[in-house]
Amino acid sequence: MSTVLHGHDPASIEPVVNLCDAVAVLGSFPALAGVTMTVMRGEIVLLSGPNGAGKTTLLRLCAGLVALERGQGRVLGVDLANDRESVRHRVGMIGHSNGLYGDLTVTENVRFWGLTVGASESEIDLAVSRMGLDGRLAHLPVSRLSAGQRRRTALAGLVARRAELWLLDEPHAGLDAAGRDELDSVLKMAATAGATVIVASHELERASKLATRQVEVIAGQVRKVAAL
Amino acid sequence: MSNTVQQRFTGTTVIGTARLIAAKDLRVELRSRVLLNQVLPFALIVMVMFAFALDSDAVLERVAPGLVWLAALFSALIMVSRSFAVETADGALDQLRSAGVPAMGIFIGKMMALMAQLVVLVTLLIIAAVVLYRAELSWAGSVLLVTTGLTATCGLAAVGTLYGGLAAGAKGRETLLPLLLLPVVAPVLIGATRATESAFGTRGVSTSQGWPWLGLLAVFAVLFSVSGAVAFGPLLDD
Repeated sequence: MSTVLHGHDPASIEPVVNLCDAVAVLGSFPALAGVTMTVMRGEIVLLSGPNGAGKTTLLRLCAGLVALERGQGRVLGVDLANDRESVRHRVGMIGHSNGLYGDLTVTENVRFWGLTVGASESEIDLAVSRMGLDGRLAHLPVSRLSAGQRRRTALAGLVARRAELWLLDEPHAGLDAAGRDELDSVLKMAATAGATVIVASHELERASKLATRQVEVIAGQVRKVAAL
Repeated sequence: MSNTVQQRFTGTTVIGTARLIAAKDLRVELRSRVLLNQVLPFALIVMVMFAFALDSDAVLERVAPGLVWLAALFSALIMVSRSFAVETADGALDQLRSAGVPAMGIFIGKMMALMAQLVVLVTLLIIAAVVLYRAELSWAGSVLLVTTGLTATCGLAAVGTLYGGLAAGAKGRETLLPLLLLPVVAPVLIGATRATESAFGTRGVSTSQGWPWLGLLAVFAVLFSVSGAVAFGPLLDD
């Protein structure tokens, strides 16, 4: 699965995320005030912390969506200070919305996202089946799916897009118990296959079972790193 | 399929992205049938209401070209709004940008899909003008009308996509879009109306007098197509 999903060398020892004293500013507000953090390939890292602590900004920095104001930052080997746009197509970020088109079917949505990176039909079909969306579900319009099924469709889009780093902001929000269990098993499967996952969540009990490490962010800084 | 050929048909190049986005937009339209079930009936109702309001064949024949393009502009507002509502409903536009999909490709793709729908709309409106307002159309007039329609819809699609993207992330975008868009498209309204008058032979204007107005429409279309393609990325990122 790993080669089909991500096409990288699982034995690579370079950190996927390597931030050193990273500062990011939103307007005039320093949302990240010197973050140092390393994430290795295949890890599932839980970002915890209160609202406004800088978790989402940290995810957006890793996605190349927020400029690195000071400090050093490399994601997937790309220097964020000089070339942050080039990391975007290798990173998949899902926030509170899924980025899906309600009138299109599950397969059409996954195909659309896959084709943005030139994925083949077999890669797209595999992404759909890996997320348990094949069969009848594959041909249903997304607007008729449950919240959990929509989230899985969005993740299938990340697989089809060959995203190597998955950045998920409150992925359990809006899901029922079954949907949360499904999501956790999908994320574990993705990490086993070589994807690196960073999850920002307030649901520490659930996310602790999923993650291998917890990084606590408070006031734009990493306050605690703990193995789980 | 070789990498080069596959790239051409997928979103890894600007042209590939444009084709992908246009095909997706048209597929969404085919599924939702908003153009067919809502926009086209709205445009026809506007034409009929104009006929009721003016209630004079002579006046209607004289103002038919302007009414066609006014109805097209009002309907285009709905189409632009719909085009970006599809993208923002579940955060797809943000996902496109965060996935590094070329903004120029997104712009061209959405513009192409919008233009295709506008061509259908304007064709229907012209038929309605001929039937309802008894506008007359010669062979030479038809050539001018087709050229005018294509050039004007290209300009409308370009400026609509640009301003639709600008308003997409704003609060109250439904009301903001007409405020932004209508003043900017005044040259299209003027140029297309004058050219259509010539095509219809309204008030004795000859067909040859309509061709110079195409210059205005062409300049408008090129200006907003190029500036839109260049500015769309920074605009979405802001």
